[in-house]
Amino acid sequence: MTATLAPAREPGSPVPASSRRLAERVFRIRELGIVAVLIVFVAVTAAIQPRFLNSSNIQFVLVDATIYGLLALGETLVVITRNVDLSVGSVLGISAFACAKLASAAHGVPLPVVFLAGLGIGLGFGVINGLMVALGRVPSLVVTLATLYIIRGIDVLVVGGGQVVPSSYYPSFLSMSKATVLGVPDLAIAVAVLVALGWYGLRTFRSGRELYAIGSNPDAARLAGIPMGRRVFTTFAISGAIAGLAGVLWASRYGTVDSTAGTSYELQVIAAVVVGGVAIFGGSGSVVGAAIGALLLQTINSALYVLGVSPNWDQAIAGFLLILAIVLDRIISVRLTASLRRRSARRGT
Amino acid sequence: MRALLRRAPLAASSLVVASVLAVAACSSGGSSGSSGSSSSSGSGSSGSSAKSGLKVFVIPKNLGNPYFTTADSKGTGGAIAAIDSLGDTGTETSGNAATSASQIPAIQAAITKGANALVVSATDPTALCPTLNGAIKRKITVVTYDSDAPGCRSLFINQASTAAIGTSEVDLLAKEIGDSGEIGIVSAAASATNQNAWIGYMKQELAKYPKMKLVATVYGNDDPATATQVTQGLLEQYPNIKGIISPTTVGILAAAGVLDSAKYRGKVQLTGLGTPDSMKKYVSDGTVKAFELWNPANLGYLAGYAAADIAGGSLKVKQGASFKAGKLGSFTIGADNTVLLGPPTVFSSANINNFNF
Amino acid sequence: MELEDLRTRLRAVSRKPDNLRRVLRWETGLVVVVIAVAILGSSLSSEFFTANNFFNLTLNNGEIAIMALPMTLIIISGEIDLSVESTLGMSSALLGVLYLHKLPMILIFVIVAVVGALAGAVNGLLVTRVGLPSLAVTIGTLALYRGIALILLGPKTVANFPATYTNVGVEAIPHTDLSWSMGIFIVLAVIFGIVLHATPYGRSVYAMGDNAEAALYAGIRVKRIKTSLFVISGLASALAGVLFTFRLNTAVQDNGTGLSLDVVAIVLLAGVSIFGGKGSIAGVFLAVLAFAGLQNALLLTNFNQEATGLVTGGLLLVSVFVPNAAMFVRYIRGVASRAARRTPEPALSLPRKDT
Repeated sequence: MTATLAPAREPGSPVPASSRRLAERVFRIRELGIVAVLIVFVAVTAAIQPRFLNSSNIQFVLVDATIYGLLALGETLVVITRNVDLSVGSVLGISAFACAKLASAAHGVPLPVVFLAGLGIGLGFGVINGLMVALGRVPSLVVTLATLYIIRGIDVLVVGGGQVVPSSYYPSFLSMSKATVLGVPDLAIAVAVLVALGWYGLRTFRSGRELYAIGSNPDAARLAGIPMGRRVFTTFAISGAIAGLAGVLWASRYGTVDSTAGTSYELQVIAAVVVGGVAIFGGSGSVVGAAIGALLLQTINSALYVLGVSPNWDQAIAGFLLILAIVLDRIISVRLTASLRRRSARRGT
Repeated sequence: MRALLRRAPLAASSLVVASVLAVAACSSGGSSGSSGSSSSSGSGSSGSSAKSGLKVFVIPKNLGNPYFTTADSKGTGGAIAAIDSLGDTGTETSGNAATSASQIPAIQAAITKGANALVVSATDPTALCPTLNGAIKRKITVVTYDSDAPGCRSLFINQASTAAIGTSEVDLLAKEIGDSGEIGIVSAAASATNQNAWIGYMKQELAKYPKMKLVATVYGNDDPATATQVTQGLLEQYPNIKGIISPTTVGILAAAGVLDSAKYRGKVQLTGLGTPDSMKKYVSDGTVKAFELWNPANLGYLAGYAAADIAGGSLKVKQGASFKAGKLGSFTIGADNTVLLGPPTVFSSANINNFNF
Repeated sequence: MELEDLRTRLRAVSRKPDNLRRVLRWETGLVVVVIAVAILGSSLSSEFFTANNFFNLTLNNGEIAIMALPMTLIIISGEIDLSVESTLGMSSALLGVLYLHKLPMILIFVIVAVVGALAGAVNGLLVTRVGLPSLAVTIGTLALYRGIALILLGPKTVANFPATYTNVGVEAIPHTDLSWSMGIFIVLAVIFGIVLHATPYGRSVYAMGDNAEAALYAGIRVKRIKTSLFVISGLASALAGVLFTFRLNTAVQDNGTGLSLDVVAIVLLAGVSIFGGKGSIAGVFLAVLAFAGLQNALLLTNFNQEATGLVTGGLLLVSVFVPNAAMFVRYIRGVASRAARRTPEPALSLPRKDT
C-alpha cells in the first residue's frame, strides 16, 4: 500500500520548475476564487441598489477595510506558521491612544514621528508575544489570549476615563485618512502597497517560504534546520508592529479615542484571514487573499446597510456568509489537494 | 472504575476545600454588610445631612467612559465632590463592559462593603432590579441618574425632562433644515432606556412638522467605528437625507466625522447631544451648527448630593418635596419621584468656547 | 518519523501514570491557589467570608461554570467552541420571545433545549463532516447565533418573568449559601467527572485529543463523539442562557456577550492543555473557585476594577509558564552553555513534543 518512493532530492537544491509553477497556480486559484466572490457580491448589490457603486460609498468601504486589511496582513504571517495572534485589537487600542496624544496640538509632534511611535509601540508588544511563544514554547492561543487581557487592562488603567477629541489634533492628522488620489483613498493605496510587499517577500525570500514549511510540518521543518524560533518570533514582531501602525490610522480615521478602541477586532481579523483562504492550521494561504477577505467582509457590511436590510439581520447574515465562505474554501481545497495528489503520483514527484 | 478510584484522593481534596469554604461562609456570622455599620454622628439635626460618614457608591454604566468620569469625579465637581462636601465617603465602581452582567457584581460588592447609598446609572431598565431591590430591603438608599431603572429606586435624577430632550432635538433640527426633508437618527445601543425614551418623544414632536419624515433609526452601539459605518450606510441608503439627530455623545462625534467633508457639509445638518469640548472642531468648521447637552458634572453632583441626603435622613422622598443641593440651588421632586436637573443647554458657535467639559 | 511513532506508542502504553503525575502536579497547584485566594480575600476584607458574599460569588459565576464543563471536554478532544456566549444569548432571546407569546414554560424549556442542541449539532457537523477547523467555524457561529438572537428580539427587552423562576437570582438553595446555578454546576461536574474519567467515552475523548489519527485507527468513532461533544456544549449553553435570563429577570439580545473567552480562560487555568489530550474535571472545579474567588476578592477591595483584565491575563500566563518552567530552564541553560562553548546547535535534534 506504499506509494512510489520519490527520488531523493538533496537539501538545498532548487525546487523543480514544474512543482513551483503548480504551487503558484494553486495559490492563484484560491485568490481568484475570493476575488470572484467579491465581484459577484458587488455586482448583485449594485444591481439592486446602484448607489452602492457611488464614489463616496466605495471610498467609505475602502477606508473601513484598510484597517482590517492591515491587521489581516500581519495576522496571516502568524497563522501561516500554525500560530494565532489574538492581541492585535488590544495593541491597536493602546497604540491609537498613545499616538493620538502625541498628535495632539499640545505636543506638536510631526506626522512621521507619530507613525514611528505607533510602529514602535506595536513592535514592543509583538516582541513580547514573540519571545513568549518562540522561547517559552508556549501555545500562542493562550499567550495571545493573555496578552489580549493584559494589554487592554493596561490601556484601561492608563487611559481611565480620558479621551482624545478631534479638536485636539493638528489639522493634517485627521485629514490624512480622508485624502484621496484620483478618487482612491491614500490609505487604501498604502495598504495595497504593503500587501504587495508582503506577498513578494513571502514568495521570493527563503525566510518567507520557510514560514510555510513551519506551518505545514513543524517537526520536519526543525529537522531540516529551519531556525523556527527566530522565524516565529519575527512573525509576531511584525504582527505587533502592524497592529501599532493600524492604531495610528484608527485614531486618524475616527478622531475620538478612548480606552475601548479596537475592542473585539481580533475575531474579525481572524474571520477575514480565514475567509481569505489562509488555512487556520497553517502552511498555506497568501496575504493577498487575506486582504481581499478583509475587503469582502467590509463590503458585505456596507452592502447590508446600503440595501436597507433591517439592522437586526446584519449580524446573522454576516455570520452565515462567513461560514459559507469557509465551507466553500474547504471544498475547493479538498478538490485541489486531490488533484495535486493525482498529479504527483502520475509524475512521481 | 479504577481510574475513578485513582482520582478519588484528588476529587476528595477538592471537595474538602470547597466544603471548608462553604462552612466558613455559613458560620462566620450572618452579617451581610448591611447599612448602619458606619458611625452615625448626631441624628435628627436640622443640618443638610443628619448623619455623616456614610458610604456612598457611585456606579456608572461602565468605567473608562469619559462622560461618566466627568459626571462622577471629585476633580470635575461631580458626584463624589458632592458626597465629600457633606462629610461622607464617595467611591466610584462598576464593570468594564456596559452590560448588566458586568455592572451587577459591582453593585453587590458595594452592598457587601457596607454601602449606605447607591448612585446608579442603569445599563438596563429591568435587569438590575433583583439586585437593587435587595439593596432597598437592606435599607440602602438607591438613587438612579442618567439612565433609570424604574420600580427599583427611591429617586431618579433626570438630566432634563425626557420630553424636553426629545422635542428640543427635533425643533433644533427643524430650524436648521427649514422644517422639511428626510431625517435619520443615529442612536446608541438598541436597548438603552434613555435613548428609546427620547426617540419616542422625537417621533411625537415630528407630528408637528408634516413635511419632515423620519426615514430610519440606526444603532451605533456607542462604538466610534460602528457609529461611523451606520452613518455612512444611512447616507448611502437615503441620498436625499437632510438632517441627522444623534442623541449620544459617541454617535454625534462619529456622524460629524463622516459629514466633515465638502460633499456633506452644509447639505446634511447634524444635531444631537454632545460635549462642547469634543465638538469644538466641528462647530468651528461649520459641520455642525448647534447641539445640546447638560452639564454631566452637575448631573452627578445633584445625584450624589440627593443620595447622601436621603441616606442621611434629611430628605424624605415624596412628590412635591423640595431640597437644596449645595451649589446647584433648590430642586423639587416631581412625578414618579423624578428630579430634573434643568433644561438642556444649546451649544453653538456663539457660546461653545465658554465651556470646558 | 519512526522515532516519533515509537514515542507515541510508548506514551500510549505508559499513559496512565504519566497523565496522573501531571494531573496531580497541576491540580495540587490549583488547590494552593484557591487557598491563597481565600486567605487573600479574607485578609483584604472582613466581608469576604460572609454568607452573603459567598452567595454572590456563586450567583455571578454559575452560568460560566456550567459552560466550562463541556468546553473542557471539547478542548481535551482537540477542538474549541467559541460560540457558547452566542448560544446563551440565542437561548435567552428565544425564551423571551416565546414567553411574550404566552407559551407554557415547560414547553418553552423543551424548545430552548432542542434549539441549543441543534446549535451545537451545526457546529459539530461542520467540524466533523465538512472537516472545518473548529476555531473558524465557531467564530462564524458566534456571529450567526448572536445575529439570530437579534432577529428574535430586536431591540426589545422582555422582563417580568414569573417569580418562581426569577427567584433563582435572589435566593440560595435552601439550607446552603449556594446559588441554584452553582448547585446545578456541582451536580453536573460530578456527572461530567465520572463520564470523563471512568468511562470508555471519556477515554476516547482523551485519545482523540492526543492523536486523532491513532484514535480513529483504534476504532474510536471520532466524528460521532466530537459531534456529541458540541451538542452537549449547545445544551449546556442553552441551560446557562435560561439561568442567566431568570437571574437578571431580563431577556435581551446582548445577554452573555464577552463570556466565551472567560470560559476558555477558566478551562485553560484548570490545566487543560490547548493541544488536547490532557485535563481533568477536578481542575475545572478548582479553576472556577479560583477565578470567581479572585474576582470577588478584588471587587471587595479598593482595587481598581479597570485592571481586572490584567489579573485574568496574568493568571493565564502563569498557567502556561509554570508547567513549562522546568523545560524552559533546561533550554536556556543549553543555549547558554552552547554559546559559552561556541558550538552550533545540532542540525538534527530530536523532535520534542510540546506538553
